Amino acid sequence: MVETQFRFRDDEPVADPAVTVDSFGDQTNAAAVRVEPGDDARELLPFLDRLKLVEVNFPAFTDGRGYSAARILREAGYAGELRAVGAVFVDQLGHLRRCGFDSFAPNAAIDPADAEAAFNRWPDVYQATGDGRRPIWAKRHGHEQHSNDQRG
Amino acid sequence: MYKYDQYDQAMVDTRVEEFRDQVRRRIDGTLAEEQFRPLRLQNGLYLQLHAYMLRVAVPYGTLNSTQMRMLGDIADKYDRGYGHFTTRQNIQYNWIKLEETPDILADLATVEMHAIQTSGNCIRNISSDQYAGASADELVDPRPYAELLRQWSSFHPEFLSLPRKFKVAVIASATDRAAMRLHDIGIEIVKNDAGEIGAAFYAGGGMGRTPMIAPLINPFVPIDQLITYSEACLRVYNRYGRRDNKYKARIKILVHELGKDEYVRQVDEEFAHLLTQGIEPPLAELERIKPFFADPAFEAGASDDLDRSDPDFALWVDRNCHAHKQPGYIIATVSLKPVGGIPGDASADQIRLMADLARDYSFDELRVTHAQNIVFPHVRKADLHTLWQKLDAAGLSTANLDQIGDIIACPGLDYCSLANARSIPVAQKISERFTPAKSDEIGELKLKISGCINACGHHHAGHIGILGVDKKGIENYQLLLGGCEGADTSLGQITGPGFSEDGIVDAVEKATEVYLANKQGEERFLDTYRRIGMAPFKEAIYG
Repeated sequence: MVETQFRFRDDEPVADPAVTVDSFGDQTNAAAVRVEPGDDARELLPFLDRLKLVEVNFPAFTDGRGYSAARILREAGYAGELRAVGAVFVDQLGHLRRCGFDSFAPNAAIDPADAEAAFNRWPDVYQATGDGRRPIWAKRHGHEQHSNDQRG
Repeated sequence: MYKYDQYDQAMVDTRVEEFRDQVRRRIDGTLAEEQFRPLRLQNGLYLQLHAYMLRVAVPYGTLNSTQMRMLGDIADKYDRGYGHFTTRQNIQYNWIKLEETPDILADLATVEMHAIQTSGNCIRNISSDQYAGASADELVDPRPYAELLRQWSSFHPEFLSLPRKFKVAVIASATDRAAMRLHDIGIEIVKNDAGEIGAAFYAGGGMGRTPMIAPLINPFVPIDQLITYSEACLRVYNRYGRRDNKYKARIKILVHELGKDEYVRQVDEEFAHLLTQGIEPPLAELERIKPFFADPAFEAGASDDLDRSDPDFALWVDRNCHAHKQPGYIIATVSLKPVGGIPGDASADQIRLMADLARDYSFDELRVTHAQNIVFPHVRKADLHTLWQKLDAAGLSTANLDQIGDIIACPGLDYCSLANARSIPVAQKISERFTPAKSDEIGELKLKISGCINACGHHHAGHIGILGVDKKGIENYQLLLGGCEGADTSLGQITGPGFSEDGIVDAVEKATEVYLANKQGEERFLDTYRRIGMAPFKEAIYG
């Protein structure tokens, strides 16, 4: 198993092995699931209460389906760990974080200084993505963040 | 003209620093080319046959004179004294050094410009009507909506690794001058029966090897849901667009394979969900943007008189100028298609001259058209002759707009690593074949040339289209007839076997002869073709 290199959570990491999306529903004691690019993350929505870890696999960093999977889970209120796994490189870290990922297990270790720079690169953002950041339009017009950010 | 505030400026400045860091890592070897490639593409940087090419964004084709002057200066400082205006209303430079690109981006950022998402599998620079804000036939100025979409699409974290590139056009006129229905998403700003402004969405158009005309997927999205609906369209595409074959990865294939109704159903479901997510900017943001596009201070009661005593000037007015919504003003287009020239090219000096002329005679504004020309949108008729004289002295007074010499051509095999055949020499030979008198006799004829099936030269949408292919190592050119962009969009049909470089020029000439022999009344080439069909053309060309 690939090591988690960056984690933005205070709770204990879940040690359970992740099972596939199509078997998760039947394994009533499973708490961790692995989402592949072709999986429909919405199949997990009935089980959010027992889900503690979702690994989203990026077999190729150019396949962006995992970004949508992450947002769908966060938009549905999933508050557990959301881990990007696989072909994760420094230049994707900031975008992944914006889509709701809060832990990262890259195939190849990323230079920690580069990663820190990447996570902190953008002082502001144009879009509301449910990551708790106030978009530029909200700052321009004094709006409070009113997306359904469930993670406080 | 939109003006950056501190947030917009910080976004482009941050991008410059991000890209500087990426280039540094690429040069010192920590970033492999495979990982660098999508990053540089999303900054408009291609590796072409001879050098890097940098494509600079001109959002919705609108520029001020300071920006235009900078484009000329960049051509001198970092390129070989030329820039090439593109069919996406952008400009590209063909002889760029990788290590200098961060400095170019830094220079651009000083005039509120960038190269963000001018390439790559992401939402590209948004195009629009080149006569926006000047034409009498528009409902509203489409550019505030395009600017709202520009901000939404810039660095949208969910949509930076789409199955394929994604092109959006926004118009607000029934006369479509932006080939809107040949885009991944085409948006027409419309008014409903209640008098409210909204957006009609078309999805799944495009050219490339499988050209498709976008069907209407929603006749009226309320304007305060524009971003949310766009996001729903993109999310369905990001999740379900094909990724197994890059030639089937555009949204047009998804819409085609699912069927329009099923795509619409999925978008509607996602839309209903996203409406609960609070992702739409408040209407106040649109209202903040709108005044930037307010009319300039037109002179009330400006004279509508034009002194047409100079015949060359009168000809140019008739060919290259369009009616303006404001009495006493006119829209003037500079053709970047001189006989024997490279379509869309301009020298650094010409670019700077156009900047000065825009400052002096067009309220500081210019537009780039998707036909690779430059527009002065707001010229006082009293100044038009002076403007023309200054253009003429710089070789910029070619009077051939929308005629056979006003050719759209991709860079082709002279520059592009994807091309199968050269486009530029064919364009040059065609423009040399037809005299101005003959071109006048033929009238409106949109001729478009692509050097490969990716169709960057829009050959599917040409009244006459030419597609360069590679036939056993020899460049071969196929002829298409009957394509058209705009409100009556149609796709060209191939006439038959292809031609050599000289043969294609002869075939084009024969096609124009068939038109002239069969033309009735005021028919354009396209009208005659639609009436009499392919057969007479085929007979003349191959008979």
